[in-house]
Amino acid sequence: MTAARAKVAAQALAMAGVVALLALLVWKVAFAADGGVAAELAAGKPVEAPPFALERLDREGTLSLDDLAGKPLVVNFWASWCIPCREEAPRLQQTYERYGGQGLVVLGIDYQDFRADAKRFMKRFGLTYPNVYDGKGSLVGRWGLRGVPETFFVDRRGRVVGDVIIGGVHLERNEDAFVKGIELILSSTP
Amino acid sequence: MTARPLLAVAAVLALAPSLAPAAPAAGQPSAADLEAQLVCPTCKTTLDMSDAPVARRMKAIIRAQLAAGATEAEIKTELVDQFGQGVLAEPPKRGFDLLAWVLPLGALVLGAVGVGVLAWSWSRRAGNGRESEETPLDPALERRLEDELARFDG
Repeated sequence: MTAARAKVAAQALAMAGVVALLALLVWKVAFAADGGVAAELAAGKPVEAPPFALERLDREGTLSLDDLAGKPLVVNFWASWCIPCREEAPRLQQTYERYGGQGLVVLGIDYQDFRADAKRFMKRFGLTYPNVYDGKGSLVGRWGLRGVPETFFVDRRGRVVGDVIIGGVHLERNEDAFVKGIELILSSTP
Repeated sequence: MTARPLLAVAAVLALAPSLAPAAPAAGQPSAADLEAQLVCPTCKTTLDMSDAPVARRMKAIIRAQLAAGATEAEIKTELVDQFGQGVLAEPPKRGFDLLAWVLPLGALVLGAVGVGVLAWSWSRRAGNGRESEETPLDPALERRLEDELARFDG
């Protein structure tokens, strides 16, 4: 009788293990980030900008997506060790200066970098737009980042619109996509 | 005149330590040791296997900190603060991360126990089978079998 009970208990334990593994598999398939914003945008789906709250590099404190609600955003992922990021930095600063009066915010997200290096980079290129620090790369999956630099456009309703600019913002390579993105976010309504 | 060669030798001896590759101080790991224990955040291989820009920067920081006398723990703490726990090739043996060490070991022990129990159970069943082979035949069946054999021989 005791042996039979032990056998039933062992079978129940094994079944519980199998069920737990299956549940993990279902959760992974259903909820895990798969391609993130970039993939959904490429598939033509409307997509909300994933929320974040990160440490600021340009001043003390943190900055979240909620703090920027209602503003047209150019979200630029960069790192000080990335050469195309150096090439595009002046263009992003010019964009911020030119359209800042219309409410546009360029938001730099420094990715997998040393804080000190990032601050030196910002000083070197005279960046005055807000920059936050994501040393762990915590936004990589949700935004579907493939590397740096990458630039996204978020309209006043918090939706990601236009094309993702993969690689540096460049007058010859992707000027049309950049201008289109700026127009889309500036013309959006809250 | 004779003082010049002596001065030259003295100068070479004085410069020799700075010309030689920096040896780690007692109790300090070498840069190579640390590079094998830390992971490049972009390419996910250890630093000694990576030539990614961020890995090169991390190697430079490690060397600078070692030269400044930082300990292994201080360097690792600094890098974890910048890049998170994922920068460590091996998870720390404390807190929640301890599970990464304990779970595989536990699974191994459980698996070994399971195999042992199964083997024991199978050997018992096989033993019972042999016993049943040795039990005598039903007398009626035995008698019938003998009759059949006698008829066959006859």
